[in-house]
Amino acid sequence: MQAVDAKISLTHLQRLEAESIHIMREVVAETEKPVMLYSVGKDSAVMLHLARKAFYPAPPPFPLLHVDTTWKFKAMYELRDRMARESGMELLVYQNPEAKEKNINPFDHGPLHTDMWKTEGLKQALDLYGFDAAFGGARRDEEKSRAKERIFSFRSANHRWDPKSQRPELWNLYNARKNKGESIRVFPISNWTELDIWQYIHLENIPIVPLYFAAERPVVERDGLLIMVDDERFRFNPGEVPVQKSVRFRTLGCYPLSGAVESNAHSITEVIQETLLTTTSERQGRVIDKDAGGASMEKKKQEGYF
Amino acid sequence: MSETQESSYKADALIAQDIDAYLLKHQHKSLLRFITCGSVDDGKSTLIGRLLYDSKMIFEDQLAALEADSKKVGTQGQNIDFALLVDGLAAEREQGITIDVAYRFFATERRKFIVADTPGHEQYTRNMVTGASTADLAVILIDARKGVLTQTRRHSYLAHLIGIRHIVLAVNKMDLIGYDQDKYDSIVAEYRQFAAGIGIAHFTPMPISGYAGDNITSHSLNTPWYDGVPLVEFLENVELDVTADQAKPFRLPVQWVNRPNLDFRGFAGQISSGVVKPGDEIRVLPSGKASKVTRIVSLDGDLHQAVAGQSITLCFADEIDCSRGDVITPADAPVQVADQFEATIVWMADEAMTPGRAYWIKLGTQTVSASIHAPKYQINVNTLEHAAAKTLELNAIGVANITTDRPIPFEPYEKSHALGGFIIIDKMTNATVGAGMLSFSLRRSQNVHWQALDVSREVHAGLKNQKPAVLWFTGLSGAGKSTIANLVEKKLVRMNRHTFLLDGDNVRHGLNKDLGFTDADRIENIRRVGEVAKLMTDAGLIVITAFISPFRSEREMVRKMMAPGEFIEIFIDTTLEDAERRDVKGLYKKARAGELKNFTGIDSPYEPPHDAEIHINTAKLTPEQAADLIVERLIP
Repeated sequence: MQAVDAKISLTHLQRLEAESIHIMREVVAETEKPVMLYSVGKDSAVMLHLARKAFYPAPPPFPLLHVDTTWKFKAMYELRDRMARESGMELLVYQNPEAKEKNINPFDHGPLHTDMWKTEGLKQALDLYGFDAAFGGARRDEEKSRAKERIFSFRSANHRWDPKSQRPELWNLYNARKNKGESIRVFPISNWTELDIWQYIHLENIPIVPLYFAAERPVVERDGLLIMVDDERFRFNPGEVPVQKSVRFRTLGCYPLSGAVESNAHSITEVIQETLLTTTSERQGRVIDKDAGGASMEKKKQEGYF
Repeated sequence: MSETQESSYKADALIAQDIDAYLLKHQHKSLLRFITCGSVDDGKSTLIGRLLYDSKMIFEDQLAALEADSKKVGTQGQNIDFALLVDGLAAEREQGITIDVAYRFFATERRKFIVADTPGHEQYTRNMVTGASTADLAVILIDARKGVLTQTRRHSYLAHLIGIRHIVLAVNKMDLIGYDQDKYDSIVAEYRQFAAGIGIAHFTPMPISGYAGDNITSHSLNTPWYDGVPLVEFLENVELDVTADQAKPFRLPVQWVNRPNLDFRGFAGQISSGVVKPGDEIRVLPSGKASKVTRIVSLDGDLHQAVAGQSITLCFADEIDCSRGDVITPADAPVQVADQFEATIVWMADEAMTPGRAYWIKLGTQTVSASIHAPKYQINVNTLEHAAAKTLELNAIGVANITTDRPIPFEPYEKSHALGGFIIIDKMTNATVGAGMLSFSLRRSQNVHWQALDVSREVHAGLKNQKPAVLWFTGLSGAGKSTIANLVEKKLVRMNRHTFLLDGDNVRHGLNKDLGFTDADRIENIRRVGEVAKLMTDAGLIVITAFISPFRSEREMVRKMMAPGEFIEIFIDTTLEDAERRDVKGLYKKARAGELKNFTGIDSPYEPPHDAEIHINTAKLTPEQAADLIVERLIP
């Protein structure tokens, strides 16, 4: 192109990083009691890393909150505890006592499982601690209705999202003023794509759950999804036998609800390679999106799912 | 469909053969944000769908869903309806119209792109302005069959207003006019004439078809007469604002002061323009204090320089005051500081702007109280004519003066979007009700300096042996405000206190005799009374006021004028029935008969205080008891 002058061209990852850091600092400056929702997935890993950069040399001035379902992969609990130690942040783990008491689980209760543990659990945890702002790792490229959600997303006192009355967001100016009872969900990595996340993890050496890499794992095939048998609570259908397959996960949640893909990608670069060459979208491995057809996620969000 | 795919999209071979080489290349992509604007049927969603499709951002499962949806609700017969890929929310899918701003992502070999998909609908100026505020470039879509429409003019005006430097005029649906060069040329000529008239010096026209794929990723064989570049190539090479901003002077709006321990004090923020290095002499505005940059701190080690767009943490050589809202600049190139401006305002709320009312404005990292004066004029976005206006309604654009409650560092929007662009926040609902762009500061605020007085307010108050205060009575007409206020003043005088009672009726005979009873006049009435009361507290007096003062936001405005703790709001709480039954001055009767307009409680609202310092329920206390209670609270 033209003769290069002295100007420096920031890369897209540098731009995204700067934007996310700006958003996190705004929240800390303008809200009273922020918290970071930490789901132990790769998006959470990036978000936590960005928070450490934003406030360095201070540790991020808010706790991590894990809304637990008791059904996550073992490897996720291990990484969660390790990252809390390394970041010097307080880790709060919340399990909905009602779901616990009724033994709500993905085998017997279908959509109710997500609703009770995650949606209700999250509301209860936010109310219990009185957090007025919660960082979440949702990205706009994940799903159509998320493409329209703001970075600062307001929830009514009963945690509902109203897509019709969102505040306009201009320039990099975020209005964090809220009415009594309202809380804010803030999505600092809104503008990152799945590939951006992987590239950043690669460049910055961010620790992630080993389940993202291929390994021989015991799986059963159900409705076209490969489900991993992660512990003895797994319920087999008649005639079902786990088989060892080289698989990895593109998204992580409750293990009976997370579909694996067959893969031989053992390193980050191999995962990126596979992601670039792949032909199915990321959320496809999630059982919960399939509940109610096209507008499923939008409906969930109005009800208070993150 | 055009078949010639060029290298700009995807290099499958390299990904498969040498992923490390591929990644290395892709780590150095830059990021362009742009918006697409067009009328409802100009093919905007189809174009974006096409860009996503060509960049392989559509996966097989999405494609299968898209094909199924296309057959079900699509408008393209049996073909793929790309528009369905981008129209998100359920409600608008049924309407077939994009009703909000949505952000889409795709990447080519050179750049990552964020597209703001903005509506072409008449009433959605606010969404387009929102989407445009972060864009480096605007793609203005025209249906080649229809030519330049009112909407085209509106979108172009808004893109220019918001300061977008690069405008692409995409004459779409060329396939439907047989790739007719003459028609294309006449559309471009018509647009050129219009663009020059509104100050768009340069734009880039191109003949395209989002549906058929002409001149999107490669030169179309259907338009051999077109000698420009295809759309994607243009998007890949245009200069980014963030890069251009490096040539401007250094500006860092301070977001947050990082103070983990006594040995470290860092100033965090995102650089809005310029470059900074350790050793640079800096100045902090508005204080004007100077120091030197010692370090640029980061988790990955200290940086030797940082540029526009980066979020950084700076340390200084000296312990100077610097906090959120301040702006760090080079010592020899500071920004201006002022408290009165002319601004262009875009109104974004259903409730119209109230001239004179105090709103929050957020500019950079500072949030200040500001009042917006009556608009000088409003701009008709369709005809671009100026029209007189008393207020600004939803989606209206106007020019007005604004006054902030304290001087703020700023730059004209033309020079700096970061230090000249602001949002307007309603103090009661906390909603973002508008956006604005500062044009310039009014000269008087730069030249009138606050006179520092030798005899301070403390001296005045000390001489009178009292603490100044404003006892602000509020309540319905006939609630008993004046009666109780009079009793309070008598009791205070008996206690040797120096007082002054400002009565609503009396003030309207003199100071405020030019004001009527419209909402705007009521606000100005209260503002003036507030200023007078403030001067009197400076003189050491206990000021007693008795005004209906029906609006919460105006009472808050007066509260903000006073020193902390000196404003005491006293709510004289009477039911409308009681006040109307008493009707000392016969005003309710007149209002009910329609002889008095804008009468509080009848056809104008009264907003009771949420947490007044003193709450008097007239059903429970006599005026005498109420006065005693107030005096006791004031002088325990």
